[in-house]
Amino acid sequence: MRLEKLVIAGLGALIAVTGVFSAEAVAQNEQFIPMLVYRTGPYAPSGIPVANGFRDYYTLVNKRDGGINGVKVTFEECETKYNTKLGVECYEKLKNKGPTGAALVNPFSTGITYQLIPKAPVDKVPILSMGYGRTAAADGRVFPWIFNFPTSYWSQASGFINYVAQQEGGLDKLKGMKIAHVYHNSAYGKEANPTLQVLAEKYGYKLTMLAVDHPGQEQKATWLQIRRLKPDWVFMSGWGVMNQVAVKEAAAINYPMDHFVGNWWSGSDADVIPAGKGAIGYKSTAFHFAGTGFPVHKDIIKHVYDGDVAQANRNNFGEVLYNRTLVNAMFGIEAIRTAMQKYGNKPMTGEQVRWGLEHLHITEGRLKALGMGGFTRGFEVTCADHETGGPIIVQQWDGKKWNMVSDWVPTMRDVVRPMIEKAAAAYAKENNITPRKCMG
Amino acid sequence: MFYRESGQFKSSYVADQAIFPIAQDRWFIFAVLAVAYLVVPIVANEYWLQAVIIPFLVFAMAAIGLNLLTGYAGQLSLGTGAFMAVGAYATYKLVTMFPELNVIAAFLISGLIAAGVGVVFGIPSLRIKGFYLAVATLAAQFFLSWLFNKVGWFYNYNPSGTITAPPRMMAGIMVTGPEATAAVRYLVALTLVAVFALAAKNLVRGRIGRSWMAIRDMDIAAEIIGIRPFQTKLLAFAISSFYCGVAGAMTLFLWLGSAETEAFNIDVSFQVLFMVIIGGLGSILGSFLGAAFITLVPVFLTNAPQMFGITMATDLQKHLEVMIFGGLIIYFLIVEPHGFARLWQIAKEKLRRWPFPY
Amino acid sequence: MEILYSIVVAPFVDMWTSPVFFSEVVISGVLTGVMYSLVALGFVLIFKASGVFNFAQGAMVLFAALTLVGLMEHGVPVWLALILTMLVMVALAIAIERLMLRPLVNQEHIILFMATIGLTFFLEGLGELMWGSNVKMLDVGIPSESFEVGGILLNEFDLYAAAIGAALVTVLAVFFHKTSVGRALRAVADDHQAALSVGIPLKTIWIIVWSVAGIVAMVAGIMWGAKSGVQFSLSLIALKALPVLILGGFTSVPGAIVGGLIIGVGEKVAEIYWGPLVGGAIENWFAYMLALAFLLFRPQGLFGERIIERV
Repeated sequence: MRLEKLVIAGLGALIAVTGVFSAEAVAQNEQFIPMLVYRTGPYAPSGIPVANGFRDYYTLVNKRDGGINGVKVTFEECETKYNTKLGVECYEKLKNKGPTGAALVNPFSTGITYQLIPKAPVDKVPILSMGYGRTAAADGRVFPWIFNFPTSYWSQASGFINYVAQQEGGLDKLKGMKIAHVYHNSAYGKEANPTLQVLAEKYGYKLTMLAVDHPGQEQKATWLQIRRLKPDWVFMSGWGVMNQVAVKEAAAINYPMDHFVGNWWSGSDADVIPAGKGAIGYKSTAFHFAGTGFPVHKDIIKHVYDGDVAQANRNNFGEVLYNRTLVNAMFGIEAIRTAMQKYGNKPMTGEQVRWGLEHLHITEGRLKALGMGGFTRGFEVTCADHETGGPIIVQQWDGKKWNMVSDWVPTMRDVVRPMIEKAAAAYAKENNITPRKCMG
Repeated sequence: MFYRESGQFKSSYVADQAIFPIAQDRWFIFAVLAVAYLVVPIVANEYWLQAVIIPFLVFAMAAIGLNLLTGYAGQLSLGTGAFMAVGAYATYKLVTMFPELNVIAAFLISGLIAAGVGVVFGIPSLRIKGFYLAVATLAAQFFLSWLFNKVGWFYNYNPSGTITAPPRMMAGIMVTGPEATAAVRYLVALTLVAVFALAAKNLVRGRIGRSWMAIRDMDIAAEIIGIRPFQTKLLAFAISSFYCGVAGAMTLFLWLGSAETEAFNIDVSFQVLFMVIIGGLGSILGSFLGAAFITLVPVFLTNAPQMFGITMATDLQKHLEVMIFGGLIIYFLIVEPHGFARLWQIAKEKLRRWPFPY
Repeated sequence: MEILYSIVVAPFVDMWTSPVFFSEVVISGVLTGVMYSLVALGFVLIFKASGVFNFAQGAMVLFAALTLVGLMEHGVPVWLALILTMLVMVALAIAIERLMLRPLVNQEHIILFMATIGLTFFLEGLGELMWGSNVKMLDVGIPSESFEVGGILLNEFDLYAAAIGAALVTVLAVFFHKTSVGRALRAVADDHQAALSVGIPLKTIWIIVWSVAGIVAMVAGIMWGAKSGVQFSLSLIALKALPVLILGGFTSVPGAIVGGLIIGVGEKVAEIYWGPLVGGAIENWFAYMLALAFLLFRPQGLFGERIIERV
């Protein structure tokens, strides 16, 4: 027993010593981007392709272009397990790394984004929460440091309604229709509710909202309700195991899968594969294309994997979430590039990157030059509008891969923007923030 | 020779029943407090304060609360996370409804609200015991987190259901909100924990603490000697929940800054129970040691490979980390089932005569 | 008044006016309940024989399912993978007995409980370390077509699951009551020391019980894994089994089944008929509240052994 107690004492001492951190040598011409990833835990199936996408794109920028205008991109992964507390710890750990600190942070978790929003202006680290996080942050006057372009949850919900209208033959056909929203009972899942409610009043469809508690392994009650209700369309804001079970249950009650549309976090390969045949016909929204047919994919195979396609496939190459993070990483890199046009070709600070994000203008020509022509859509961020309310596109699973089945569907700016401004104003009032003025 | 109480004579009952009757203990406490107040804010950087030390204080508070209930009164509870959530949401509501209210006052009022909720969920403890009670307290856990998630009033109807600590000043210094520096928040948390730890220490040596321990050791026997189990158990639930409620308010206002119900989920309840058991059931000091262990070991394991110059894939490292953490817990329980507090006691025994053999 | 009506009267009117749908709700509750029972069974077995509240049961479900699916992904045929997984679970039981239970013998229940949480962490890490964290599709050849009988929609998969659950309980009940090993198990459950003194090998018994619990975990893992794919979340279903467990009693195999049925039907009926009144998603806490309500009348669960206290 004595030896064992010594071991404990030794361990305790070792842990106490952790306080002394060794300083690291920092290369000067590097741009550091922290990566909050979740390769383990309940949401790992979504987290792994996301992490691989970021890593591959940053590596591609370094290998193909020699960095951003000659400045190498460095990054470090920190495991969050999709847990907000670990996420904050990771952020604190990484925010001051590299010669200029973190350029920007992509939390890839709505929960962690909420944690970081108040910290961003204090730490001077901009947050790029691409299509997730707090939708109200689209109001750049209240949230100068938060960016959620190209489009947000609320815009997405309005885009979904537009899509339904297109399928049914016009917005006036929505009257009297039944639409159900199956959502993850969390801050994230609830995001689309207000928009769907406002639009329900405007267009006269009947909205039923069905919450599914975390983690969502048991949804029989939810789908029995849908079976009885027989809604014309089902929209889903799911995440993690909830998606797989929902798709499976929908198939089990013989719900017509082509009227079941997931949001963009409920439409990745991992969500439909476990459901097997039942998932065929399931749809989801997106703001970029699926597949591996774009020049950027060829570049990744060539520069990142040295032609080893099998290895790339093991790293989720071309999956929906992988592709989405390529887009996300590209936005970040382009924002840094934009900032360099003003501040010179050296590592950018968080403050400079914020300027770059706010003046980011992705043109179709630029996308083509990056090998992403037709992969996603261009947009222009402004001081007041950090979201841009870009259009969405609908994809459908055919049992093997996702296919695009719609054109770009516009969102309803006229409905969403006033809601954003109202929510942002409420946040500003609660937190004593004076909104800044935006010219033009 | 370092820990000899011989020669310290007490000439009154008051002195004999002091919280720390031995001089060395008093000096030790003063030294720890001095370091905590004077050295730590200067030495520790923001990462350490924000990611390690403040969470440690928050969890120490919650662990003291649970230790009063489980360690002293013998009622196993897995509802700690829920009671913390009550504290957090109550403080949020108070502070946003009455912007002039002092934050610390809001903390204490929320603690009382949490105590009330704790009493309600403690009622079954009169009939249900042991693991049945533990699982029954999970009802509180699931019900309360559902409630705070569902009822818009609790989060002021904001669209996402996330509550954010608004900025509040105290004596001209920002203590909560994003502008408050980590050092200030640390000092506020430290003061709260120090005061309440002392209060707990005081509580358990008096009549209330003794009646709790009697109930814990054998409730029927306790009842026979005239302790009312109903009141005693409910009081334990109330006071324990008060501590947990304050810990929850600290989580939101001094540590995270914004939270949803997920921040107070069942994992938190388990974590706090861990701290209490690893630290030592029925020991206030043990609560601190347990909280330190559970918050520090993961941080240590995360940073260890880097310190030794080993690089490995993030997921591999996390898997190993989880395995080692689990293994360590089992190992500790095997080696010292009575927790760190017992180790501390053994160390004191040893220090009494060290380095002289006898 | 209107609120009262919508709570007290309207749901029952609803049930009465659409009996087909109501019976569908009840049937789906029964089928879900069997799935909960599968997980709860593992808890009961271990608690009965060793007095350990084994929180790691959920992690064992995950671990078994991951092992099975991992083996199948490497081209091992289903039957062989099943046998190998069983062997792995037996090996795990031996290791647990050696490294964890034996040194902790005679400790308080709460210490053993904590140790099993440590075990949970260990198994979750180990399982994912060996087989990765991606969702894996598990297909052991159980059909999952839906069909209608008299307007009631049934799914083949659920029926198979229920049948397997029922079979498992029958086998276990026979095993406990008719075989000599089963009798030894019950003796150990009653009193460790008395059992030892009449020559029952305690350590062997523990290994057997943990192995059986491991195999039950594997079955639960297959059933749940086929629904959602095999992934980390499987270990969270333990939380769904806990209300079943306290309702049925920690020490009763039939209690796990009856408890599962009550919880399954209760939460489905509550969610569908009363859930919409308060915004839905009440299933989780309702199961616990229901169990709590039962406990107030029978503190040892429906079929648990009576707690007798002496001074």
